[in-house]
Amino acid sequence: MPDSRLPDLIARHEADLLAQWAKALSAAGATREDLMKPEELRAQCADLLGSVRQALQRGGNDITGQGWEKVRELLTEISRTRAQQGFTPTATASFVFSLKEPLFQRLRSEHAANPALLVEETWSTTTLVDKLGLFTIESYIKAREDIIRRQQEAMLELSTPVVKLWDGILALPLIGTLDSARTQIVMESLLQRVVTESTDVVILDITGVPTVDTLVAQHLLKTVTAARLMGTDCIISGIRPQIAQTIVHLGVDLTSVITKSSLADAFKVALSRRDLMVVKRKAAAAGAQA
Amino acid sequence: MERIPILQMGQFLIVTIQVDMHDRLALTLQDDLTSRISATNAKGVLIDISALEIVDSFIGRMLANISGMARILDAQTVVTGMQPAVAITLVELGLSLPGIKTALNVERGMQLLRAALGDRQADPEQDDVDAPVEA
Repeated sequence: MPDSRLPDLIARHEADLLAQWAKALSAAGATREDLMKPEELRAQCADLLGSVRQALQRGGNDITGQGWEKVRELLTEISRTRAQQGFTPTATASFVFSLKEPLFQRLRSEHAANPALLVEETWSTTTLVDKLGLFTIESYIKAREDIIRRQQEAMLELSTPVVKLWDGILALPLIGTLDSARTQIVMESLLQRVVTESTDVVILDITGVPTVDTLVAQHLLKTVTAARLMGTDCIISGIRPQIAQTIVHLGVDLTSVITKSSLADAFKVALSRRDLMVVKRKAAAAGAQA
Repeated sequence: MERIPILQMGQFLIVTIQVDMHDRLALTLQDDLTSRISATNAKGVLIDISALEIVDSFIGRMLANISGMARILDAQTVVTGMQPAVAITLVELGLSLPGIKTALNVERGMQLLRAALGDRQADPEQDDVDAPVEA
């Protein structure tokens, strides 16, 4: 729309439009004063409307074009902060879509004498605002996905601690479901520690693993095999009765691995592998005297 | 031609692989090692691969083969110092090398070999068996 009157119209009635937009926003319930101060919202509105006008004046209504860079930046920033503040997708989209009403009203009063022009202008305005709204939602979702991914990463780091129980004995308490990505990280961090601590025995404790299916069992076996290839023995401990039942029903072969029902039992085995033993102090003292 | 040196230490042969293994080198090593085992009448072979950072399925299988051949020639094989990345690669390739003994470093590998040999000397009947039962 090379001869659009829209930028001109926005420039002439900017203050009016802003006031009406604010009204439309609160009518749509998109203000959420508990999450965001009204002044802040007004500043955002003014910024956005101003940059939309500039972009329109520079020409083109292709919002992926170069003239619209500032608008895109603004919208991305707005939707990102809204995703973090906990706005719903509807509230975020309404922020842009509620600009339609004041714009249409303004257009109607401007072009009341020329219905054909009015329809044309309304159409181009509505496509423009729709594009902006969709762009906002897209960035909103992207921001949310970023948050989810960061949380997943944080969870991965949290849930795979390698614990040293004794010289040459490491334990790996696994918590949560094991998938391929986690197994990879568990394996890597475990094997790295095996090298640095020069470990004889590793105890994989699966008390915190809610279910064991064939895939999880396969991942466990992979870890055990990799540790064995490096010259370290693996013991799997913390197998609950239900899990033992599932493993047998699934036909998973764990005969090549030492399994114990509790971490304490596994630790005993690990100590005996290292020719160590735990004795009561009194008994030891009596033994020394004798 | 490039060769991997094989060192003799008492009853044991020691091989440290410090270059990238390519297929020809692996086959040469296999040849050299089997002839040295029979020439020196070695009872144990220690292969240190702590400097090896890349393996493929061929090298993995070659390690298994060498260990099998050595066993037939009445020598125990221990592979030592496998890097975590190498171990993970072999597992992902489906090569769990079930017949091979492994140790974390050369020192522990030697302990393992001595222990295996000590067992056999204590039980002389086993010396006649071609493929001794795994400890």
